[in-house]
Amino acid sequence: MKIIQLLEGLGKVDRRIIFLLVFLAVLIPMFVSKTGQIRPEEPVKQAYAAVDRLKPGDVLMVSIDYDATSEPELKPMLEAILYQAFQKNLKVVMTGQLALGLPLGQISLDKVVNDLKEKHGIVKEYGVDYINLGYRPGYVSVILAIGREIRDLFQSDYQSKPINQFPIMEKIHNYDDIGLILVLAHGATIDTWVQYANGRFGVKIIAGLTAISAPDAYVYLNAGQLSGLIGGLAGAAQYETLVGVPGGGTRGMPAQSWSHILIIILVIIGNAGYFITKYLGGK
Amino acid sequence: MKREIPILITLITGIFMVVTFFIPHWPFGDMEQRALIWFSIVSGFAMVLGIDSLLAPHFKNIIRRRAGWFHSALLIFGFTATLIAGLQSGLVRHSILAGDGWFMWVYLYIIVPLQGTMFSLLAFFIASAAYRAFRARTIVATLLLVSAVLVMLGRVPIGEALWSRFPDIQGWIMAIPQTAARRGIMIGIYLGAAATALRIILGIEKPYLN
Repeated sequence: MKIIQLLEGLGKVDRRIIFLLVFLAVLIPMFVSKTGQIRPEEPVKQAYAAVDRLKPGDVLMVSIDYDATSEPELKPMLEAILYQAFQKNLKVVMTGQLALGLPLGQISLDKVVNDLKEKHGIVKEYGVDYINLGYRPGYVSVILAIGREIRDLFQSDYQSKPINQFPIMEKIHNYDDIGLILVLAHGATIDTWVQYANGRFGVKIIAGLTAISAPDAYVYLNAGQLSGLIGGLAGAAQYETLVGVPGGGTRGMPAQSWSHILIIILVIIGNAGYFITKYLGGK
Repeated sequence: MKREIPILITLITGIFMVVTFFIPHWPFGDMEQRALIWFSIVSGFAMVLGIDSLLAPHFKNIIRRRAGWFHSALLIFGFTATLIAGLQSGLVRHSILAGDGWFMWVYLYIIVPLQGTMFSLLAFFIASAAYRAFRARTIVATLLLVSAVLVMLGRVPIGEALWSRFPDIQGWIMAIPQTAARRGIMIGIYLGAAATALRIILGIEKPYLN
């Protein structure tokens, strides 16, 4: 009788126990678990190759379309790509479709620029090698208007300084002057970038999306409208592996590995409880 | 006239934007760019409406001492404090993102941790929901369950350590069946969106008059 009760109880585990298990599955691997082998998948390799194909001096536009809710997933992608871009001597133009995301983008820019200077002796100068144009409202109109003349909406940078005073902007007017756009998003802005910037103006785009948004973008990737796709923390870890700068993505893999395993075990236990209860109820 | 003029404005603007999208040459290109700049400015003003929608009910809660009015007071305090911090950064430090400005302090030590905490709670609820609701009740549900397990294993290094083919299977599920289903859904959504846009332009649907 006790065994039957125990088996039936498999489907009725208190949610507080589940919360505790999730907490432990995230926390413990951060300190004791090894990352394991990270094998970059094809969409991530395509994104890396798209950046790698750019020539020194080419412009990489980065759109920060996320805020703090998705920072753990998207910040590692941003920093890995900035490392790659600056090491290749690309020019970086940052903007964003979320007002609360721009500070995060600027913090990552500053961090990567400082790291490159301290660890590799590579000096990057604001206004010459990179610039942050800030945020403008009305995102569809912003994406479309850049196609004609970026200055129609961005007369000044995020510090309200006129962009014409910066050497980096001398030859940048519209998408014809941009080699690649990197969209880091946790929402539907990637649809708009693909539909207007790529669809109408033909500019190449790679996307770094949260794990929950990435499946939506496979449609564009398969159609060739996206030149690469980095999905979730796993994608960030894969990109870091390609660039050779392990960061937040790689560090997060043990916790993500064990939390995935925990959820799978919980699903199996839940189903076992469900079928046992159903079997015993039918008897 | 109160109905006809807005419908006429919608019709002309709708057709104008469609034409300028497909004919980017003079004079349509310039006109479209002008319209896009206007749109961006109008979007900025929408923030004022948003502030009104946010604050008005909370002021009413405080004035009428409704249950939980203290939370409304806290919201207005937070709003005012953030506004002051933003003004200080913009006017004194000349940039909202200035590292030594008040706004960046509010942003880094209040907004970012709050947003991060709220979102991180999802992990707990997803695990609990998966345990309770992910049941192999039907063949379709079983297919979804098996696919989810394979994708979860294929996405993380531990999956590859268990079996080296998990990442390949995950990649195939994402690139082929998942994309096929998603494409069908998206075609449906955008056909619906085009039909709705056409109905609004032609004045068959008039949500802006309500």
